[in-house]
Amino acid sequence: MTKTILVLLLLLLAGSMSARAALDPAQVNQLAAEDSSDKVAAIQQLTQTADPDAVRVLKAMADDSLFLAGDKAVIIDGDKAFDAATGAAIGMPVNPESVTVNNRIRGELANALAALKLFDPDAAVRLASAQKLQTSASPAMAPLLARALEKESDAKIKALLVVAHAQANLGNEDPQARMAAVKALAETSSPTIKSVLLPLTDKAGEPDDKVRYEAIAAVKAIDSRLAIAENVGRVFSGLSLGSILLLAALGLAITYGVMGIINMAHGELLMVGAYATYAMQSLFRAYFPNAIDWYLPAAIPVAFFAAALVGVVMERTVIRWLYGRTLETLLATWGISLVLIQAARVLFGAQNVEVANPSWMSGGIEIMPNLILPWNRIIIAGFAMFVLFLVWVLMNKTRLGMFVRAVTQNRAMAGCVGVPTSRIDTMAFALGAGIAGLGGVALSQISNVGPDMGQGYIVDSFMVVVVGGVGQLAGAVWAALGLGIFSKLLEGWAGAVIAKIAILVCIIIFIQKRPQGIFALKGRFVE
Amino acid sequence: MRKPLTVRILSALDSKQWLALGIFLALALIAVPVLHLMVPEESAFHVSTYMITLIGKIMCYALVAVAMDLIWGYGGILSLGHGLFFALGGYAFGMYLMRQIGRDGSYQSDLPDFMVFLDWKELPWFWVGSDHIGWSLFLVVAVPAFVAFVFGYFAFRSRIKGVYFSIITQALTYAAMLLFFRNETGFGGNNGFTDFKRALGFPITSSEMRLVLFGLTAVMLAVTLVFSAWLVKSKFGRVLTAIRDAESRVMFIGYNPLWYKLTIWVISAVLCGIAGALYVPLVGIINPSEMSPANSIEIAIWVAVGGRGTLIGPIIGAFVVNLAKSWFTVSFPEYWLFFLGLLFIVVTLLLPQGLVGLWKKVVKKEGAAA
Repeated sequence: MTKTILVLLLLLLAGSMSARAALDPAQVNQLAAEDSSDKVAAIQQLTQTADPDAVRVLKAMADDSLFLAGDKAVIIDGDKAFDAATGAAIGMPVNPESVTVNNRIRGELANALAALKLFDPDAAVRLASAQKLQTSASPAMAPLLARALEKESDAKIKALLVVAHAQANLGNEDPQARMAAVKALAETSSPTIKSVLLPLTDKAGEPDDKVRYEAIAAVKAIDSRLAIAENVGRVFSGLSLGSILLLAALGLAITYGVMGIINMAHGELLMVGAYATYAMQSLFRAYFPNAIDWYLPAAIPVAFFAAALVGVVMERTVIRWLYGRTLETLLATWGISLVLIQAARVLFGAQNVEVANPSWMSGGIEIMPNLILPWNRIIIAGFAMFVLFLVWVLMNKTRLGMFVRAVTQNRAMAGCVGVPTSRIDTMAFALGAGIAGLGGVALSQISNVGPDMGQGYIVDSFMVVVVGGVGQLAGAVWAALGLGIFSKLLEGWAGAVIAKIAILVCIIIFIQKRPQGIFALKGRFVE
Repeated sequence: MRKPLTVRILSALDSKQWLALGIFLALALIAVPVLHLMVPEESAFHVSTYMITLIGKIMCYALVAVAMDLIWGYGGILSLGHGLFFALGGYAFGMYLMRQIGRDGSYQSDLPDFMVFLDWKELPWFWVGSDHIGWSLFLVVAVPAFVAFVFGYFAFRSRIKGVYFSIITQALTYAAMLLFFRNETGFGGNNGFTDFKRALGFPITSSEMRLVLFGLTAVMLAVTLVFSAWLVKSKFGRVLTAIRDAESRVMFIGYNPLWYKLTIWVISAVLCGIAGALYVPLVGIINPSEMSPANSIEIAIWVAVGGRGTLIGPIIGAFVVNLAKSWFTVSFPEYWLFFLGLLFIVVTLLLPQGLVGLWKKVVKKEGAAA
C-alpha cells in the first residue's frame, strides 16, 4: 500500500516537473536554425521566458552538445539523448547534425546564461550574474532585466540590476527610455559606467539633443563623484602614510626629541622589530600552524623587548659615554647601525625575508567602486594610535615618565632630589628603542623586511621629529600626519620621486624659517 | 706691517713640512711614472695600473677629507652632505667626458647614449657648452660653489648649527640623489655616466693619461694642503676657529659669523667638486649612489680617524680607511661593515683626536719618560 502511494507520488512529481520544464518546441528547434540571426533571435526569445529550464538547453548549446535530428533539436550527452524541449530521454537518433556555434552566438549565449541566472533561487548566483551584466547587457535584455528587477527582493542585487537595466536601455529606440536610463546611470560612480555613457555625449552616438545633454551632465556627475572618491582615497593613503611615519618616528621622538640623543641607528631598531616579527612568524609556522594568524599579536611584545634590549646595550656601551657630544653620538650610532645591518645580513641573509599578513589583515572595505580601504592600513593606523596612547600614558602618567621629564628638564636638580639619573637614561632610551621595535612590527606588514630597510626610514623619521619640534610628542604627531597627507597629495600631482624631493626641500626651507619646529618648547636656552 | 702674501704662504709650512711635501710630489710625479712605465711588470717594484687607480682614487678622497676637515675640524660644522658636492663636480666633468665620446657610443649618435635611449632629440639646455673643456672646468667649480652658497647662506643666516645642520645636509644630499636617479633629470639616471673614451682628444684608459691624472691629483692635493695651511693660520682661520669654540662670544666681539662660515663652507664645497672632477676620469664612472647619505657620512669617519683640526690627519685617515676597505672587500667582504661600524664607535669613544692625536700622545709620553 505504502509502496503504491510512493510510486504515485513520484509519478506525480515527475509529471509536474516535466510540465514545468516544457519549453516551446518551436523556439527550441529554432536554435538549430541555419541562419545565425535566427539562432540569436531564438536565444533571446528563450531568455525572455525567464524559464530556468532554458538554462539547460542554452548550456547544452554552449557546450556544443545540441544536435539537430531530423527537424527536432536534441541534446546528446555521451551515449544518452534527450529531447531538447522537454528534457525527456529519447532513443539515440540516427545521424544527428551538430549545431554550429560561432563567436557571435557564443557571446550571446554567455549573456543569456548570465541573464537567466538572475532568476536562480540562490542569491549568490543572482548577485554574480547581476555583477557580470553591469556593462555587458544588450538592449534586447532590457525587458528581462525589468522582470528580474520586479522579482528581486535583495537590495544589493536590486541596485546592481537597476544599473544593468538602465545600461541595457541605453540602446533603446525610444528616446524617453534612453533618457530614463541615462538619469538612472548618473547616480552611479564607476569608471566603467562612465565609459559606457561617453559615446552618448556626442552627436554621432546620440541623435536626441535632450538625451545627449542629460548624458553629458551624467558623465560630469560621475566624474565629480570619481574625483571625490579619488581625493578621499588620497587623504586616506596620506593618513596611512602619516601613521606609518608616526610609528617610525615615535621612538625617535623620545630618544632624540626628549632626551636629545641623536640616534642614527634608529632605523636599525625598526629593523630589529621587523625581524622579531619575522622570527615569531617562523616560530608559529613551525610549532603552532593552526594559530598562525595570531603570530602578529604575539610579535608585539617580543619586538618591543628585542629592540629595547638592543637599546639598553647601545646606551650602556656607547651612548652613555657621549652625552653632551651630539656630533660624536651621531657618528658612533651610525657605526652601530652599520654593525646591526651587517649582523642582520649574517643572521638572516642579505635577501629580504617574507612576512605575510595574517588573514584578518587582508582585504578591505569597499566604500565606492574605485575606493577600497585596505584592512592592513586601517589596522596600522589604529595601531599607531594605540602606540601613541601608550607613549603618552608612559610619559605623562607613570613615575618613569615623570623621572624622564625631570631628568631632561634639569638633570642636576633631578639628581639632587634622588632621581637615579643614569638608570633613567638607560630606561628612557630602552623605551624609545622598544617603541621603534613596535614601529618595526607595523612596517613588516606593509614593506619589505631586509637588512637595509632601516636606512630608508632614518631621514624620514628625523624629518618628522625636526619638523614637529624637539621635546614634544604632539609635534611629532602633527608633523607625521601633515607630512603624510602633504606628500600623498603632491604624489598625485607630480609623481612619487618629485613629491619626495619637494617634501625634503620644503622641510629644508621650513627649518631655515623655523629651526625650533612647529611646536617649540617655551623658555630660553643658553648654549 | 703685513708680510707679503708669498712670504705668508711660504711660512704656512715649516721646513720639515715643505721637505715632506717635496718628497711626496717627487714620488707622485717622478717615481710612480718611472716605476709604472719603465720597470717590467714581473718586477717587484712595478707599480700596476690597479695600484695607480687605487692610490689616485684615495688621493681624491683625501682631498675631500681635507675639505671636510676645513669645515668640521676648523669650523665645527659637521656636514653629512659633502658627497653631494663631490658628485656635482664629478657630474660636471662627466658631462664633458660624455660629449668627448662623440659618435663612438653604441648608437653612433651625437647625443650621449642614454639620451638616445630616452628618445631625446636634442641636448637639454644645461648640457649646452659641455663639450668645451673650459666651460666644464668652470662648472666643476661653479656648480658646487653655487649650491653651497645658496644652501649655506640660508642655513647659516638662520643660525642652524650642530646636529640640525648635519641632518638637513643629509636630507639635501638624499633629495639630490633621488633627483639624479630619475632618468628625466638628464644625467643618465641609475647608471650615471660611464664608458668614457677620451679627454682632450687623448684616449682616457691609456697609461699616460692615467699617470697625468694621477699627477694632477697629487699636485692638487699638495696645493690644497699648502692653501689650507695658510688659510687656517691666517686671521680668517683664527676667527673661524674662534667661532667653532664659542660662536656667541665671537658675535659679541663684533664679528658676523655668517660670512666666515659661508666662505669656508663654499671653499670646502669647491674642493670637493674638484676632487670629484679628478675622480671621475680616473675611475671611469659616476652615478647617483655617490650622493647617498652613507657615502657622505663615511667622509666624516676618514677625518675622525685621522684626527680633526689637523691638516695631515684627514689625509692619513682617508688612506688608512680606504686601504683597509679595499683590503677587506677583497679578503673578508662580509666583515667590512663590522670593521667600519666598530671604527666609528672606537674612534669616537676612545680616539677623539684620531691617529694624529694618538701619535702626539705617544711621542709626548716618550718625551716625558726620557
